[in-house]
Amino acid sequence: MRAPAVSKPKREPKRLLDSRPQLLALQIFVLIAFFLLWHVLTATGLLNPFFFATPLGVLERTGKDLLTAAFYRHLGITLLETVLAFSIGTVAGIAIGFWFARAPLVSAVFDPYVKAANAVPRVVLAPIFALWLGLGIWSKVALGVSLTFFIVFFNVYQGVKEVSPVILANARMLGMNGRQLLRHVYLPSAMSWVFSSLHTAVGFALVGAVVGEYLGASAGLGYRIAQAEGVFDTVGVFSGMLVLTIFVIVIDACVSAVENKLLRWRPQTSTTVSTH
Amino acid sequence: MTAALSLQDVTCTFAGGYTAIAGASLDVAPGEFVSIVGPTGCGKSTFLNVAAGLLRPSDGQVLVFGDELDGLNPHAGYMFQTEALMPWKTARDNVAVGLEVRGTTRSVALARADAWLERVGLSDFGDRYPHQMSGGMRKRAALAQTLILDPKIVLMDEPFSALDVQTRQLMENELLELWSADRKSVVFITHDLEEAIALSDRVVLLSAGPRSRIIGEYKIDLPRPRDVAEIRMTGGFLDLHKAIWADLKGEVLKGYARTSRV
Repeated sequence: MRAPAVSKPKREPKRLLDSRPQLLALQIFVLIAFFLLWHVLTATGLLNPFFFATPLGVLERTGKDLLTAAFYRHLGITLLETVLAFSIGTVAGIAIGFWFARAPLVSAVFDPYVKAANAVPRVVLAPIFALWLGLGIWSKVALGVSLTFFIVFFNVYQGVKEVSPVILANARMLGMNGRQLLRHVYLPSAMSWVFSSLHTAVGFALVGAVVGEYLGASAGLGYRIAQAEGVFDTVGVFSGMLVLTIFVIVIDACVSAVENKLLRWRPQTSTTVSTH
Repeated sequence: MTAALSLQDVTCTFAGGYTAIAGASLDVAPGEFVSIVGPTGCGKSTFLNVAAGLLRPSDGQVLVFGDELDGLNPHAGYMFQTEALMPWKTARDNVAVGLEVRGTTRSVALARADAWLERVGLSDFGDRYPHQMSGGMRKRAALAQTLILDPKIVLMDEPFSALDVQTRQLMENELLELWSADRKSVVFITHDLEEAIALSDRVVLLSAGPRSRIIGEYKIDLPRPRDVAEIRMTGGFLDLHKAIWADLKGEVLKGYARTSRV
């Protein structure tokens, strides 16, 4: 009986990966179990439905919301803020990351300031951005940019710095000049790092948008949650959270699709270096 | 005749004071296949990097077809010991990129890359990325990537050391075949004396580092064309091996003593 026990742990993870439907079934089971537990606890009165809402109530509210035009206006605004924050943060992060990696003096001088800026909790910036940029979308975009920029920046910096010296020497021996090295070596190498941080970057862009809306706005998913909270509408709060969750899963799936297409050359799923 | 490559009294001292090679001189004739053999850590790669122009010698000079080398060696192709293919490019793109950056239009470069992939036996694998190929296939692609540019001097830094013995002998024979079809000067670095003798016209022995220098040169007058597996059994090969090994052994022991003392 002892011998198989030794080899078992080795086989287990592989078998799990092999059977996707089984895994999905288990995942759905966890979800249902969670909702069931929630339902039982609130229905029996162990948890007060006023504070914890009920799963059926939340689902019903969410379903109803999905049929109204106003909901999609809010969703659209959050989406717009997320996309803007993500694009601006990514472009700036790539540009400045490249610049720092290729100019050692600049990176050496700015190094402590970049680290200091990254250490600032971004939430405290939200009121400042609102003050500077108003309550419209741009204060939320700024908050999202302040989050995504650093993730992309550090990854690009790392990506350019960590180009294999052998690949670099080989590329030079093949006759590449500075511009061609950038195009054929530095950029693809850095892009692989950017894409591996994409999930985190998109997530943070969304966090920036929602937190910004939550703290002061007139539209958006974060605003809806804040509003529901203001009137002790817990069903509304949980419904907002549910919508946000679905929203994130959809965006993440899109990112994965793009990643799989563009990083076909990568041996396996990439590792991410998070700066938080 | 001017040497294709001539290193004269080359000394390489790195920042930090480590002298890898000291006063090494070597002439390589056009079309000659020279192997450099030495114990581990004897500065073989440093030697090759100097010849490639990737490393500027602290002292001494490098002449390429009689001209002093300044910057990268434009006549040299370099095949590295470790993976040097760009992992984000397919085998075909990796082979073609050298031509492309030198101004050949993409379609022409790709057509010639296909021809080279066929020559190294990779015609069905042009669309594969490096991670989808075996070690031997990657080495073939790297060989095609280097030779497609038609360099007059080919520098090879233990190119087959990571391969298993069978693949290695296949690659060695393929290399000899390609080389005999279009004789280039080859500087081939290896720690494997048998490989050096089987391939070369001349074997050069480097002493154990630091401060390596050339301590012996042996002409290999075995008949060509050679089969690297079969030639190892011949009497001429064994005699040469015995003679060179007698000299190399002392250096290997010295190098080993130095590394194990740490």
